[in-house]
Amino acid sequence: MPFDLLSPAVTALLFESLKQTAYMVSIAALVSTALGLPLGVLLVVTSPGHILPLPIFNRILGTAVNLVRSTPFIILMVAIIPFTRVIAGSSVGTSAAVVPLTVAITPLFARLAETAMREVDRGLIEAAEAIGASPLQIIVRVIIPEALPSIVAGQTVALVSLIGYSAMAGTVGGGGLGDLGVRFGYQRFMPEVMLAVVIVLVAIVQSVQLLGDAAARAVNHRIARGKRSTS
Amino acid sequence: MNAVPPISDFRASAIGDDDPAGAAAVRIDGLSKTFSKAAGPVLDDVSLTIRRGEIHGIIGRSGAGKSTLVRCINLLERPSAGRVFVSGREITSLRGRALRTARRDIGMIFQHFNVLSSKTVAGNVALPFKVAGLPRAEIARRIPPLLELVGLAHKADAYPSELSGGQKQRVGIARALALDPSVLLCDEATSALDPETTEQILALLRDINRQLGLTIVLITHEMQVLRDIATRVAVLDHGRLVEEGATFDVLAFPKSAVARSFLSGLVAHELPPPVAARLLPEPVADSDPVLRIVFTGDAAHDPIVADLVSHFQIVPNILHGRIDYVGDRPLGVLTLVAGDAGKRLPAVLSRLASFGLFVEVIGHAVRSAVTRRHGAAV
Ligand SMILES: Nc1ncnc2c1ncn2[C@@H]1O[C@H](COP(=O)(O)OP(=O)(O)OP(=O)(O)O)[C@@H](O)[C@H]1O
Ligand SMILES: [Mg+2]
Repeated sequence: MPFDLLSPAVTALLFESLKQTAYMVSIAALVSTALGLPLGVLLVVTSPGHILPLPIFNRILGTAVNLVRSTPFIILMVAIIPFTRVIAGSSVGTSAAVVPLTVAITPLFARLAETAMREVDRGLIEAAEAIGASPLQIIVRVIIPEALPSIVAGQTVALVSLIGYSAMAGTVGGGGLGDLGVRFGYQRFMPEVMLAVVIVLVAIVQSVQLLGDAAARAVNHRIARGKRSTS
Repeated sequence: MNAVPPISDFRASAIGDDDPAGAAAVRIDGLSKTFSKAAGPVLDDVSLTIRRGEIHGIIGRSGAGKSTLVRCINLLERPSAGRVFVSGREITSLRGRALRTARRDIGMIFQHFNVLSSKTVAGNVALPFKVAGLPRAEIARRIPPLLELVGLAHKADAYPSELSGGQKQRVGIARALALDPSVLLCDEATSALDPETTEQILALLRDINRQLGLTIVLITHEMQVLRDIATRVAVLDHGRLVEEGATFDVLAFPKSAVARSFLSGLVAHELPPPVAARLLPEPVADSDPVLRIVFTGDAAHDPIVADLVSHFQIVPNILHGRIDYVGDRPLGVLTLVAGDAGKRLPAVLSRLASFGLFVEVIGHAVRSAVTRRHGAAV
């Protein structure tokens, strides 16, 4: 195992970097979910023919989301430094790296959530309207629960992208596994460190994917399970 | 040829004609709907009153505007012109919160059930209560009797994916009835179900109609659905109301061409095309009159064909016919060639009329042609 090849000092560094990555990714994931889900909801419900049509607002919002999505992460990170400084109090460091990560992932998650919620059958929404549900009730009680399996699947995709982006956080002094791999594995030519970083990242991504799939399955009642109630 | 006498409503409706105007469950007044100017109006000045306690069928060809009409009752579709009153209150003037509150008085069930896959049966039925803001304990108390009513008490914790189509529709019905509406709208609620399940759902709707006095508006393509549960029928064609009346009357004496062709699967109003093609509008030498006889009530059991033979010595040749039951009342239509009737035709007609039958000469058939095609005379 590569760990045997690593000196105790490098092993400690690896764990330190893992902690930094975990920190950046988990905060960015939480915040981007909290922001991206409502953004996705707005993108759906304000579109023409939906429950709160606001075509101009929808167009502006969609354009803004696309703008962020089409900016390469490395450029985005630099471009929003003033904003990062306001939010994180500094433009360098692990906490500061969370800001561009969140800004980059929120629109991605919003689009994935939007796609998931757009798939919710019009008939279900009408059934809710027919019993007198308000737009907010329709969103909370119908659209989100019905789209939840797909939202969770989208969340998994966004999380994997987020882990990838976090490797670039070294650029703003964020540290983390990617940074470790570049600094030690590449710049100091320690291939065993590079290998260890890659293995750890692969393991994390695999676990995220497995957990995400399991979570999506757990909230999915669209297809019957084996356990049938006796009748 | 003969004027059709009006037939009184054969099923006791909850309210007689002499009741005050306020007894209407739904009053639709000059309703029009245009989606796009180019396509023209989908509903064109439709006025219709649905009395309380009725099961009011709505039929018409695909695209006639049935769904649009029904969706205008709970304003899922907003009409371009006209007004809709439910339980005496104008719905069309309402918006926002007031409209949402008013919708609680109007239940709706759908062809594809539209139950939430993410919620259990109980969760689906709880939705209207949650929307109405009832406390949790109250909701828990109200769900079991509803599930009992629709026969799903044993499935409370099942998800829709574990249910059959008929059971999903029962969930839809329980959800629609949760807030105790005064009207239930059904848009082809049984179209996606097999005949047996359709029967069960119809029986349930009829029970609910009787037990709760609920008014039901029911769109259907299936004429046996009409025959089995509708007390009145409205016929739409190209967005216009072309006919409306008690089910038996519309089935027995449809006035519009649409209704006649629509009902021909159930009541033999129209001759099969190859036979119809041979009818002549005017008598010629060597032709016999073709009579269309509508039986209603007891006359359906009289041996009238035998009577024609023995009394007039005419030779009836049956072209087409069928007897069915609407409610418990027989309804039959028989088309026959009155072979050799000749000058006795007026006497034949008045004798048939004296049996309480409705007779009409619909054309003439050249004796040999029809006889050859349909075998020996009776
Ligand atoms: N939202 C809409 N936008 C544009 N046109 C519509 C809309 N809804 C219905 N129409 C049109 O209105 C007409 C009547 O539709 P409607 O659904 O009321 O017919 P229907 O009688 O219920 O037909 P079916 O028996 O096929 O259900 C059709 O020509 C349809 O294309
Ligand atoms: Mg329809």
